[in-house]
Amino acid sequence: MVEKAEVILGENEQYVINMGPQHPSTHGVLRFELSLKGEIVDKVVPHCGYIHRGIEKMCEANTYQQIIHLTDRMDYLSAHPNNEAVSLLVEKALGIEVPERVKVIRTMLSELGRLGSHQLWWAAFGMDLGALTTFFYGLRDREKILDIFEESFGSRLLHSYICPGGLMNDIHPNFKTRVKELIPYLRKKLPEYDQLLTGNVIFTERSKNIGIMTKEDAISYGITGPSGRGSGFACDVRKAEPYSAYDRVDFKEILMTEGDTFARYQVRILEMYESIKILEQLVDQIPDGDYTVKMKPIIKLPEGEYYQRVETARGELGVYAVSTGEKFPDRMRFRTPNFSNLFIIDKLARGHKIADLVAISGSLDLVIPDIDR
Amino acid sequence: MAFSIYDFSSFTQSIHQLLSGVMSPAWVLVSELVLVGLVFLMFYALLGLALVYLERRVCAFIQNRLGPNRVGPQGIFQTIADLIKLLFKEIFIIKNADKFLFNLAPFIVIIASMMAIGALPFAKGLHAMDFNIGVFYILAVTSLGVVGILLAGWSSNSKYSLLGAMRSGAQIISYELSVGLSMLAIIIFSGSMQLSVIVESQANGWWIFKGHIPAFISFVIFLIAATAETNRGPFDLAEAESELTAGFHTEYSGIRFAFFFLAEYMNMFLAAALATTLFLGGWMPLHFGVDTQFNHIMDFVPPVVWFFGKTFFVIYIIMLFKWTFPRLRIDQLLTLEWKYLLPINLFNIVLIAFLVMMGWHF
Amino acid sequence: MDQTTLQQTIAKLAPNAVFNTNPQFVEAVVPANELHQVAKALKDNSETQFDFLCNQTGIDQKGELKVVYHLRSTSLNHACVLKASASNREDAILDTVSDIWAAAEFFEREIFDLLGIRFTNHPDMRRLFLEDDFQGFPLRKDFVDNVNIIEF
Repeated sequence: MVEKAEVILGENEQYVINMGPQHPSTHGVLRFELSLKGEIVDKVVPHCGYIHRGIEKMCEANTYQQIIHLTDRMDYLSAHPNNEAVSLLVEKALGIEVPERVKVIRTMLSELGRLGSHQLWWAAFGMDLGALTTFFYGLRDREKILDIFEESFGSRLLHSYICPGGLMNDIHPNFKTRVKELIPYLRKKLPEYDQLLTGNVIFTERSKNIGIMTKEDAISYGITGPSGRGSGFACDVRKAEPYSAYDRVDFKEILMTEGDTFARYQVRILEMYESIKILEQLVDQIPDGDYTVKMKPIIKLPEGEYYQRVETARGELGVYAVSTGEKFPDRMRFRTPNFSNLFIIDKLARGHKIADLVAISGSLDLVIPDIDR
Repeated sequence: MAFSIYDFSSFTQSIHQLLSGVMSPAWVLVSELVLVGLVFLMFYALLGLALVYLERRVCAFIQNRLGPNRVGPQGIFQTIADLIKLLFKEIFIIKNADKFLFNLAPFIVIIASMMAIGALPFAKGLHAMDFNIGVFYILAVTSLGVVGILLAGWSSNSKYSLLGAMRSGAQIISYELSVGLSMLAIIIFSGSMQLSVIVESQANGWWIFKGHIPAFISFVIFLIAATAETNRGPFDLAEAESELTAGFHTEYSGIRFAFFFLAEYMNMFLAAALATTLFLGGWMPLHFGVDTQFNHIMDFVPPVVWFFGKTFFVIYIIMLFKWTFPRLRIDQLLTLEWKYLLPINLFNIVLIAFLVMMGWHF
Repeated sequence: MDQTTLQQTIAKLAPNAVFNTNPQFVEAVVPANELHQVAKALKDNSETQFDFLCNQTGIDQKGELKVVYHLRSTSLNHACVLKASASNREDAILDTVSDIWAAAEFFEREIFDLLGIRFTNHPDMRRLFLEDDFQGFPLRKDFVDNVNIIEF
């Protein structure tokens, strides 16, 4: 007789759950492979590639003007900074100085996009935590910004408006008045966000001391944008390496030292006020002039390597181009903020509950097409 | 008394006599049971539709939206259209699910809520059963619902469902204590477990007014605990759509899903109706002082209107909870119950017992 | 620190490095076998302190598989570019730097996925975006996609 060993089912087994690719709180086609012990997350393995389109490969067979349209599709919530990154790179390589008017408008568009993106993030973050009403409050205000976009360049999400040399076409005559109306409107409406969510006891209990990221971790993992600034990592490209009109506006780089979910939340909330401040300073100073520099129909960058970084709503976007002097780049690389921001989630979520994982991934503000490209 | 105009017992008596005249006593009993059953089924279905519509309008109101407004005037037929859609949807059972339990679970949930509704006094003489242990009966029957939820989660062969069901089990078993204890407060005040007697005892004032602050504390705790008991936001951890997609009913579709959905709304109605019956005077009208003009006018409003008016007011409050608060985490939920509500409740009961013993309540 | 002094400091830490002309950054090409050691020195040295790997990518240039590291120092605010080439195309191998900068772990997985450069000592060398049974490495210049044939 063989002695039967005593087997206790499930004692050391992991309860593995696939969160995604279709899941309400992954905000896109991302899959987390969770190992659970009861409710507690033991390990998170992110699986990406569900929306990998090979944008970097496609760039190798497209001219620089065409690449602009591909960048929209990466971080679709901040399409302007994405376009701007490639445009700045081309302008830097060719040594073109764009008109003042273009610089100011580009800065304003980036800030409008940042406001809209943060509003959508706030809306979705509330939903992740179960406060369903936040979604409609956030979208209500974002709608106003999208209306401005729609009036000037016809599209609401994928603009492809900033192009090498300037802008695709001039802004709508109403642009200035619409932005002027928007500023007092948002100043009135943004405090509502605090009233609805920030001061709520359940919300603070859910977000404080959850997913603490140290500054060292943030730097080592390359966490940029509001997520990194929530840990005290001063990574704002607008301050470090001012581009367009950022050198002449006065704004604060919001830094928090706690590094928890609530700090990341607060950084974004306060950044919205800073964006309004930037808009306020620039709206009356749009100079007259050309909206674009005359560019050749086919742009050929001189042989060499170029790197340009901009600050999108989610962090540092780096564009690295290797040119052989042809009309197509030899290699185009996008260092996207979400790619780096995603992978710290395993470290942050370990030992927390599933509900906290949702809060943490919400506070990192991930846009999945930007990860996969 | 002015209530006598609206006394339903004479109406039910006349039906009984009419039936007795045409058939034997056994058949009378059978036909009366069928009648009551039919009336309750109709009531249940209509109330469910009304509540779903109401929730969508309240939710839309809070969220700066219009809500349903296309099907019929003000969209009142929207829920009926939804119901028809759910009726025609394919019911699919996933592979390796425990088919018997999977099919059984929604019925357990819906039967539990239906049985409890049968014991509610809607007006004088208008209730299906008037037990002398009515409160006890309702507590017993509502706790059956969790069996259905656990079965649904377990038999679905889905990990999300199982997590949802386990959360729900922990939650409902915990909060049952608070519900029971806050009901106990009123039992001590009124000295009876019979719901009709509890309502009668509030003829000269509702318990929430008569019972001083302890009764009010009980009412608040009852409201919180009952919201948790019905799995509604901010305590909707069992469903938690942003975490567990849909929790215990992830794998259900069509009319089986509708059963869970309906049961949730009926449980909410039940919670609100119980809060009304125990704390807000049931179908008793609102009175100020003794024998004033105001009181006479109030007396002419039918008790059914009073009952449903108060119930829908409480339902509105419960809906406000759901659409304004974020969801709690499971450990916070259990902490709230075991570390805060339960000790407060126990202390409150002692206080109430002391008040009643000294005869300090009105 | 201006570019020339930075270049001199890096030259001290990496004696075998070759410096390319690059108008934007100091660009050092290090031999593959010294890569890990140089990277560690650049991070730990008090004069350089390159603690932020802001970009790591692979390029297929003139038949050579290279890895480009964009390094930045958060405290001293200077930047440099590090380059290393894999010895051959068929079995391209480089040392990992994921133990120095955590961000490299996933950059390297992406490079492996798209360019087929294998990193030794990497904790989890799997494909990141493409399926595990995908044939070939799409970002290489000699990659031919037989499924989605796109000719330019």
